[in-house]
Amino acid sequence: MTDNNVLLSLRNIIKRFGPQDVLSEFSLDIYDGEFFTILGPSGCGKTTVLRLIAGFEDADDGKIMLDGQDIAGISAERRPVNTVFQSYALFPHMNVADNVGYGLRMAGVAKADIKQRVSEALAVVELKGFELRKPHQLSGGQKQRVAIARAIVMKPKVLLLDESLSALDHKLRQQMQMELKQIQRQLGITFVYVTHDQEEALSMSDRVLVMNHGQAQQIGSPREIYEAPRNMFVASFIGEINVFDATVVSETAELTYQVDINGVAKTAHAEFRLEPGEAVHVLLRPEDLRIEYIEDQPSDEQGFLGKVLERSYTGKTLDSLIELDCGKQLRSSEFFNEDDPSFDYRINQRVWVSWIDGWEHVVKAGELS
Amino acid sequence: MTWPNVGIALSFRQTVISLTLGWLALMVVAPHALVLMTSVMTPNSEHLAVWPLTFDGYLKVMQPIYFDVFFQSLWLSGVATLFCLLIGYPFAYVLAKQPPWLRTVLLVLMMLPFWTNSLIRTYAMKLILGKKGIINTALVGSGIIEKPITMLYTEFAVIVGLVYILLPFMVLPLMASFEKLSNELVEASRDLGANGVQRFFTILLPLTAPGIVAGCLIVFLPAMGMFYVADLLGGAKNLLLGNVIKNQFLVVRDWPFGSAFSITLIVMMAGLLWVYALANRFVQRQGGLDDENL
Repeated sequence: MTDNNVLLSLRNIIKRFGPQDVLSEFSLDIYDGEFFTILGPSGCGKTTVLRLIAGFEDADDGKIMLDGQDIAGISAERRPVNTVFQSYALFPHMNVADNVGYGLRMAGVAKADIKQRVSEALAVVELKGFELRKPHQLSGGQKQRVAIARAIVMKPKVLLLDESLSALDHKLRQQMQMELKQIQRQLGITFVYVTHDQEEALSMSDRVLVMNHGQAQQIGSPREIYEAPRNMFVASFIGEINVFDATVVSETAELTYQVDINGVAKTAHAEFRLEPGEAVHVLLRPEDLRIEYIEDQPSDEQGFLGKVLERSYTGKTLDSLIELDCGKQLRSSEFFNEDDPSFDYRINQRVWVSWIDGWEHVVKAGELS
Repeated sequence: MTWPNVGIALSFRQTVISLTLGWLALMVVAPHALVLMTSVMTPNSEHLAVWPLTFDGYLKVMQPIYFDVFFQSLWLSGVATLFCLLIGYPFAYVLAKQPPWLRTVLLVLMMLPFWTNSLIRTYAMKLILGKKGIINTALVGSGIIEKPITMLYTEFAVIVGLVYILLPFMVLPLMASFEKLSNELVEASRDLGANGVQRFFTILLPLTAPGIVAGCLIVFLPAMGMFYVADLLGGAKNLLLGNVIKNQFLVVRDWPFGSAFSITLIVMMAGLLWVYALANRFVQRQGGLDDENL
């Protein structure tokens, strides 16, 4: 899917609102045909990036290149880029067909062609037969589809989606995630999707950019972002994670270190050089923790002792909150397996906690950005 | 909540409602009932109006001479309304775009003159437009013209006066329309390639149509009755329907005819409002221009 042709490129963008830098020296490359997601908490500048690409805002400095052409001087109405707005922004006084055909009418496309293309776009979003409905007669999901059809009918080089699924309920949102992905694959249009919902970002995207305070924290595939977060911000923003404070003791092999976590010696694999005495965070996802009943505690492995504070059954997993004897609280999420489909914990039950060597992820301490 | 409390709450509510209804009955229903009654009485020089019942007043309204006044009145009010719209529309647009605090300041500035009696303001207008008024003095003094222009006691002066007094009533409903119109809709139309002119005709104009109609009605209907503006700025002519009514009551002293004319005017205005309500309902069914979608 990603053939690594850069379609859209932001170079050293500076954007200020008043005295505050919303984006400072921000750069980004988006490949042709990919589903790219910008993920971050509200106020991180992600919507500003979208509005800069759309042309609703002008950068104070820097370049925006689309297909090798600098589009800074091109006004929003003439950029080959279309937007699906957060509130859909359907024109309330026009029916579905007129909404979808609006851009083509403005461009002076012949009536017969408009009809044909509107009908094709409505077929893509599975809304054939809704041509004469008014926006107020549509459900949230249907409005969403009209908004998508209205944008894709223009055959944009880039389709921008601004938190487009956030107004839908959970089930509909999941369904629309799948459909968006399908539409994107079917049309081959580059999608730039903005969201604060990490689950949405991971499930739909080819690549994800995690942003905070106007700066890129990490760009990578959903798997990289989830399994190998580059810093504590990315680690804690994407999903739940357990953080152990550790000190490096010695290097035991290439990039493999013995670390000390509260008196317990563990092995940690890092992607960068560490010095003995250096403080690091050892990160573990809830599903990567290994919990054993205290009587099954292996004798040849170092681990932590603690007790179960809470347990909750979610159907797929047994989620528990465990308090170690040092006072640290951990979240764990265990899948039921065939051997023991009915395993469970009692509150206050003593357990032993560890993880399989290599499942941990190490980041340097003090890099919370 | 216990039962006695509910009883007190109910009686309080009933008191408030009956007070309001009483006030309306006294100040709105009773005077109109009196006017309606007078309109079917016989004029009398000594007692103003006496029985028996007659429809002569309404027959007089039908006279051709009053048709002229009627059309004259429609014309003047119509032109004044049009100018209010042309000035008020961009004004309301700019106002609605301002941050809330500035909008409040500008609105207060606009309303400020209206704390002065409109009669006094109309007199002031006379001072500005007159032969020796500010405009003529300035123009002659600076040598742009040699002789003062006749502005006072013309239709022009009446229209200027009406626009001056009625402009805020146009701006307020228009501003409400602009405030309801989400900026995302305008951005969406830009995004889809609409230029400024296209955005105006396809998005702004249709979506502010309810405000335009409401503003025009609120300006047009009272304009027809503003006799003092026509009297002071247009000379003592029967320019507006309001002048005819005033003259019947105060000069000719034919109260039944004046009342019949008033009732006719009220019925006409009610008719216009009814048409507006019908049109509004039609638009809502068509376009869903309800709050939820704007």
